[in-house]
Order: sequence, then structure tokens, then C-alpha cells
Amino acid sequence: MLKKQIPLAITFITGVIIVVTFFIPHPPFGRLQQDALTWYSVIFGFTMLLGVDSLVKFHYTKLRRREKGWWFSIVFYCGFLLSFITGVISEVRFGDAFNINSSFMYFYNTILIPLQSTMFALLAFFIASASYRAFRARNIDATFLLVTAVIVMLGRVPVGYMLWHKLPDLTSWILNVLQLGPMRGIMIGISLGTVAMSLRLILGIERTYLS
Amino acid sequence: MNGENISFWEKLGKIDRRWIFLIIGLVVFIPIAFGLRMTVHVSPAVKSAYDTINSLPEGSVVMISIDYDAASMPELQPMLKAILRHCFDKNLKVVLINFWPLGLPIGNQGLEEVAKEYGKVYGVDYMNLGYRPGDIAVMLRMGTEIRSVFYGDIKGTPLDSLPMMKNIHNYDDIAVVVGLEAGSMGDAWVQYVNARFKQDLILGVTAVMAAGVYPYLQAGQIKGLIGGLKGAAEYEKLVNHPDFGHIGMASQSWAHVTIILFIILGNIGYFMERRRKRGL
Repeated sequence: MLKKQIPLAITFITGVIIVVTFFIPHPPFGRLQQDALTWYSVIFGFTMLLGVDSLVKFHYTKLRRREKGWWFSIVFYCGFLLSFITGVISEVRFGDAFNINSSFMYFYNTILIPLQSTMFALLAFFIASASYRAFRARNIDATFLLVTAVIVMLGRVPVGYMLWHKLPDLTSWILNVLQLGPMRGIMIGISLGTVAMSLRLILGIERTYLS
Repeated sequence: MNGENISFWEKLGKIDRRWIFLIIGLVVFIPIAFGLRMTVHVSPAVKSAYDTINSLPEGSVVMISIDYDAASMPELQPMLKAILRHCFDKNLKVVLINFWPLGLPIGNQGLEEVAKEYGKVYGVDYMNLGYRPGDIAVMLRMGTEIRSVFYGDIKGTPLDSLPMMKNIHNYDDIAVVVGLEAGSMGDAWVQYVNARFKQDLILGVTAVMAAGVYPYLQAGQIKGLIGGLKGAAEYEKLVNHPDFGHIGMASQSWAHVTIILFIILGNIGYFMERRRKRGL
């Protein structure tokens, strides 16, 4: 009984306080909000530690059981230890891990940045391949989408202006008029959904997070 | 003869994707390798962002939020540098803040590089607050007092010991916030900081996100929008300092044209195949 009632009570009280203090930032609510936000920041910080703990445990289990792709876990541990050790050494040696001459920044610049950039850059190849295979004018809707996409793709780069100097204006019109209505509708829908879900959580109607 | 034609069109619609990868790779690489540049035309959204910063009086404070990491660096780092050049050229004070921990070193490198170009002094002309966990909570708390979240700067130096921070306490002391976004923090800046504190905002976003930010621009919730590498190139043009944005624009232009050609080829192959199947 208490296992459910106490979390529900905490959710209700916290939710009401956050909502009231957001709209009435004057004393004593303003102070309450600052305290609540401090707590939120502290909890947020600990969730990062929880994430590290979970990741380390996950890869440890994978290694111990020799699951498929277990050697990727070794790569993870190497990367994790390298970041941690160079971070500590750089902090001690330079007083700042982000010092440009530190070993931490050396590995950050020479390993992490190229890896992250490469992962994202691969998208260009897959988008090209996927658009070639999937972007087909199969029906009237797909044709509209195709024509619009081609206009926007050309209008968003200088070569579009070279082809026809009004193309960037046409692209702006598509973005500012044609897509804006549906986009605004989607945003309003998401916001209303968020409000509804928040109310369900505060009032204890939505309880799936307890299980 | 007819059989050869059918075979050709079918082949056209089914080019091995490795050829597509190779062609896209070359189209992106060649303009960068040879430093090819294209003439960039400034859009009203970027001009509006530029004008907002340009209209600030000397000594005003611009806060730049680094909400991206290395994955979006090619699009957003040229924006950061162009905006920093504009700010330092106009003798504006710059405060950097980070909501993406992995973006911390990238933002700092960009800041230090441009500050050095203009001979600016840390703590007097610019500073870096660093990263604090909490996202929206951090944004809201800064509305009351920045020191309630950031006790020191990125190096732990107390904020009050930095000359430029003496009179900077909350959003009332910041002329404009520039959010460089690769995720959802841009929405948070608009929905919490603009809506509640009436803070002037400019957003710089990746190209894929730009369409989703237009409603904020049209509603006047943001003063300007810098979208993707093209936006960065436009800003570079406005500050009269062409850099990577311009070089990247040539690559992006030809990559777009190549993708469109592939789409056309794919559709020709598709229609020819459909026609053959219908027995026409």
C-alpha cells in the first residue's frame, strides 16, 4: 500500500509546487522553486553517475558471458579508462582537463571528434542511397513530396540561386507558409499531449512509472 | 533490341550502392580539397539574426549556448566562429555556456581561437561558464542569479573575480542569447527563457532541424534563425570573413545536385520498369 501511496503523494506535491511556482515566482513560491530546481539539478547529476554505473555493469556482464560482440566491450573499457585516467592526470597537471595541451584534449581531438564526425557523416552516404531507392513518384502524394523536396534541396544551396534566382525565395515560401501550418499543428498537438500526460501523472491516473 | 533497353532501364534503377557512395564521397571531397567556393546569398532569417547582434551597443553581453557535440560540429562550429567574430568586432562581451558536456571542449576551442584573433582578454571581454547538469532547471535558475548555478567559470575561478561578470547576474544583464542547437535545448530556450523572462533569442540549428524552428521565427519568439551550413556561410558573408562555411557550401551544393540526379535516375528506372511490367 505505502509502496504506491508515498510515491504518488511525492509526485502530486512536487508537481503542484512546480506548476504553482512557475506561474507565481514571488515569495514564498520563488524560493520554493529555486529549492526544487536545485534538487532537480542534484538528481540530474546523479543520473549521469547511474548511467556510467549501468554502462560499466552492462559491458562487464557481456564480457563475463562471452556474448556476441563481447570484444566491443573491451573497446568500451579501453575508451572509458583512457578518458578517466587522462582526465585525472590532465586535471592534476594543468589544473584543467580541457587545457589545449593536456593528454585528455589530445585524445578528445584525435579520437572522439573524428569518430563522432565520421558516424554522423555516414548519413550523407545512406541518405543518397536511400533517396535513390525509395524516393519514387509512386502516386500523387509522393510526387508532391518529391517535387517539394527537390525544390528545397536546391533552394537551400547556392547552386539553386545559380539555376534560377527566385528559387531561394520559393524555398523560403515553402518553409514559411506550406510547412508552417502543419508544423505548428504538430507542435500544438505535442504540447497538449504533454500537458495531458503531466496532469495524469500529477493526479495519479498514470501509474506505469511505479511498476 | 527491346530486351537490351529493358535491361538498361532496370539496371539504371538498381545501381550498386557502392557506386553511389563513391560518387557522393568524391563530390564532397573534391570541393574541400581544392578549396572551391560559391557565392552565397543572405536569407532574411540570417540577416535578422545579424541585425539583432549588430544593433547592440558596445559592451552589451551576448550569451552563446553550445548545445552540440562533434557530430554536428561541421555545421555549427562555423556559426559559432562567425558570431564570435561579429561580437568581438563590435566589442561585445561574450559568455559561453554548455548544455552538452561533450561540446564543452569544442566551444572552448572556438572561443579561444577567435578571441586570440581579436586580442581579447579572458575575464574582461569573454568568459566560459562551462557545463552544469540540469538543463531546464539551470536555465530557470539563471533567471534569478547565474551564481546560484555557476559558482565559478570553466576553470573554477569564482565569477566575482572576473571583471566582466561583476554586473552580470541574470537575464536582465544579457542582451541576447544565441543557442547553437543540435537537439531539443533550442525549444527549452524558447519555451522557458523567452516565454518567462522575455529574453531575446537567436537560434542556430542544424539544417535538418531548421524546418521545425520556423514557427518560433514567424511568431517572433526568436529574433533570427541561422539554419545549417548555409546559414553559417551567410553569416560569414555578413561579417565579411569567409571560412569553412563557404568551403563546405560548395561540397553541399554539389552533393545536393548529385542526390537529385540519383533521384531522377531512380525514377526513370522505376517508370520504365513499371511500363514494361504493364506490357506497354
